[in-house]
Amino acid sequence: MAEYVFKIFRYDPEKDETGRVQEYRIDVQPGWTVLDALNYIKWFVDGTLSYRRACRHGICGSCGMTINGKNGLACETQIKDLGTTVITVEPLRGFPVIKDLIVDMEPLYDKLYAIKPYLITKTPPPTDKERLQSPEDRAKLDGKYECILCGCCTSSCPTYWADKNFLGPNALLKAARFLFDSRDEGYEERVSVIDDKHGVWRCHTIFNCVEACPKELNPTQAIVDLRKLILRGKL
Amino acid sequence: MAEYKEYRGMCVVGECKKYYGTDDAKVIHEEPKGVEIKNVHLHDAVIVGAGLAGMYAALELKKAGYDVAVLTKVFPTRSHSGAAQGGISAALANLEEDHIEWHFFDTVKGSDYLGDQDAIEMMVKEAPRIIYEYEHMGVPFSRTPDGKIMQRYFGGHVKDFGRGGPVLRACMAADRTGHVLLHTLWEQCVKYNVRFYSEFFLLSLIIKSGKCIGVTVWDLINGGIHVFQGKAILLATGGYGRCYSITSNSHANTADGLGVVMRAGLPLEDMEFVQFHPSGLAFLGVLLTEGARGEGGYLINNEGERFMKRYAPEKMELAPRDVVSRAMWAEIEAGRGINGQQYVYLDLRHLGAQKIMERLPQIREISMKLLGIDPIKEPVPVQPTAHYSMGGIPTDICCRVLADGKEKWLEGLWAAGECACVSVHGANRLGTNSLLDASVHGKRAGKDMAAYLSTNPPYEVLPEDCALDAIKQIEWLLNNPGTERPGAIRKELQENMYNLCGVFRRKEDLEKMYNIIKDLQRRYKNILVQDKGAKFNTDLMEALELRNLLETAEVIVASALNRTESRGAHYRRDYPNRDDENWLKHTLAWRTEEGVKFDYKPVVITRFKPEERKY
Ligand SMILES: Cc1cc2nc3c(=O)[nH]c(=O)nc-3n(C[C@H](O)[C@H](O)[C@H](O)COP(=O)(O)OP(=O)(O)OC[C@H]3O[C@@H](n4cnc5c(N)ncnc54)[C@H](O)[C@@H]3O)c2cc1C
Ligand code: SF4
Ligand code: SF4
Ligand code: FES
Repeated sequence: MAEYVFKIFRYDPEKDETGRVQEYRIDVQPGWTVLDALNYIKWFVDGTLSYRRACRHGICGSCGMTINGKNGLACETQIKDLGTTVITVEPLRGFPVIKDLIVDMEPLYDKLYAIKPYLITKTPPPTDKERLQSPEDRAKLDGKYECILCGCCTSSCPTYWADKNFLGPNALLKAARFLFDSRDEGYEERVSVIDDKHGVWRCHTIFNCVEACPKELNPTQAIVDLRKLILRGKL
Repeated sequence: MAEYKEYRGMCVVGECKKYYGTDDAKVIHEEPKGVEIKNVHLHDAVIVGAGLAGMYAALELKKAGYDVAVLTKVFPTRSHSGAAQGGISAALANLEEDHIEWHFFDTVKGSDYLGDQDAIEMMVKEAPRIIYEYEHMGVPFSRTPDGKIMQRYFGGHVKDFGRGGPVLRACMAADRTGHVLLHTLWEQCVKYNVRFYSEFFLLSLIIKSGKCIGVTVWDLINGGIHVFQGKAILLATGGYGRCYSITSNSHANTADGLGVVMRAGLPLEDMEFVQFHPSGLAFLGVLLTEGARGEGGYLINNEGERFMKRYAPEKMELAPRDVVSRAMWAEIEAGRGINGQQYVYLDLRHLGAQKIMERLPQIREISMKLLGIDPIKEPVPVQPTAHYSMGGIPTDICCRVLADGKEKWLEGLWAAGECACVSVHGANRLGTNSLLDASVHGKRAGKDMAAYLSTNPPYEVLPEDCALDAIKQIEWLLNNPGTERPGAIRKELQENMYNLCGVFRRKEDLEKMYNIIKDLQRRYKNILVQDKGAKFNTDLMEALELRNLLETAEVIVASALNRTESRGAHYRRDYPNRDDENWLKHTLAWRTEEGVKFDYKPVVITRFKPEERKY
């Protein structure tokens, strides 16, 4: 057990003009994650603290936030790994704050809807059988299909901060997940969206998104691959 | 931009500008007292829950041309279906011989003969079609060398009517099966323009002259009561693992659907059956896959002994879930937990760093990230974790909710997925059968609702007072000058449930637990919600959830006390044997002011006569 100071961003839309920082001093048990600490504060210290959480093991994507300046999932961040006893917790940057650590993810979802985030097929599937896909073709989806829509990547992207119309790493990774699926036949429809000045060409390959992704995915690589795909399509 | 818009897309945060029902809504209802007209919505079908069950139903209805609204307290892809790792069962026979009949038998046997065989038969028959449909939707299943859907072994699924060895039946996408199914369904819902209302919390059902005609909900983001009127209402609110301190379930699995149903005077079925998974990460309950034991991990007590040799000398750590959970609990009760506590060690160190990193990367990642323990260097503390709820809202095989628990449909209301009890899992669910259950019955509910809508039932006029109870509840919670915090009451409930109504049950423990719950319910009357605001008030939400947990736990405990036998996941130390003569029947339980009342209904047995469940 050790005493830690949590400096948490607070904003109550019904009371506050603007955000403020509130300090909580709590005893942290060995093995606690940042989410454990937030839960402790909410349940036993201050019930007004607000944040999203559900699965508490890094699969639902609810608890993305900025912890000591870095984006990540609260439920998967070991407090002891932060190497300090003073911990700042802020909502994800780049999205409007609703309350405390809860942001409006709608801008993120809107970008997803834009790239048509579903398999597009024209050839009818076989009846009462699966479509075939070789393990090699399936392997092309690895590193793309695992995304949990936590928003950590897009929130860390300086290009997105500057241009809110930029599709962002999350939506572009999702586009790649379909464009590289051997079963997908939506090339034209999707490329017309991403081959755009707010699409793949906007990214400056700064790799912030790669560093931010808690699932160790690589949206930058996906963006580079999409560019190649588009250029090849134009030849 | 896609035509599709989520409800929130129409809102300026903090203020909902856009009224979202069809226009004739204004014609057919009077304004319910206390609800602003812009918060009254009308849809053909209203679905609560956006896990596999809810979204499958939504798609089915949408494809049939109906206007459907899906309400969910978390954004759809955050539903707990996404946490499932292992797989979804179907006798596809992609890699070796398998038959629907074998799957049928295994499920019946796994249920300890309490599953209804007509429902099970329909589910296993539908299974291959569901998997192919998922594949056609775009699910990135893992593939066999010849490009078919990959299948793996899973406990309890075997060849030749229980006589043969394990069979490759669990369709999989690496160890992310639930994640890919959930995301793909959501993608399809986006494609078909299903209308989601995310972060809306179910408060009550609106029932008028024996017909369900809508729900009331709390808008979490903006605050405010909304009324959703529909002709067909589906509950797909998932499990209730949060009745327990140690659970593999999400924070959101708080029995809300069940609480609402009970408060409408309806019964629940087979609530005593709660499945415990042996390898829950200690203190948290987060699931470590069966793979950990499958790859040769040892279970060790505080004396360093591989204790499974005293409980299942042949299968050792690979014995079925309930056997291993009970062995662990027996060790813990005998004081042989590590440091005298409620966990034992799962020791993987002898497998070596290379094998652990190659074969069990996820387990290593979870224990490192969540507990800060590296299984290469240290044993991982594990304890049985509340995992799956076999019981729930009684339905017939078309997912229609039964008002008397037996035959009489409550018109307008359906239930599917983990919150429902059809019953396909009986006393014990086989791994990979619940993703199947949620999908098959989600789809079936959707179909049946569409068929019902096609008969053009009339809209009822909303009763003027339909939201008053919900409003009163919220106002009371926000203004009650109490002293008891939801977190503290919940903690006491969960810890006691784990100790007194968990893997082992005894009369004295259950009676004690029942009294504890009664006491906690009294304390709940003195609750204090510290957050007084309307907007994103998660303190309020937790208080609402707590009420559902308390009421559901009461029924679990009463049902466990009532069933004086051991069957499947329900193990009574004082009645250690299965008793077919008296107990081969489903429990129906009504929660009333005077306590829990019981009735029973027979198990549907068509094909396989009950025999001893031996593995
Ligand atoms: C860790 C883990 C691993 C598992 N692995 C497997 C596996 O490998 N194979 C298998 O077959 N099964 C597995 N299961 C079980 C399986 O995942 C679930 O039984 C199944 O996904 C339940 O689906 P559902 O649609 O009924 O509910 P959920 O997916 O839980 O969805 C419930 C929905 O209801 C909504 N909801 C709840 N309350 C409210 C409310 N008050 N107001 C509004 N909305 C509400 C939620 O927002 C959510 O959208 C696993 C379970 C866990 C916990
Ligand atoms: S690599 Fe591209 S998408 Fe990723 S953070 Fe940088 S600019 Fe944004
Ligand atoms: S790519 Fe990574 S960081 Fe971005 S949304 Fe997906 S999981 Fe989150
Ligand atoms: S709570 Fe689900 S990702 Fe953290």
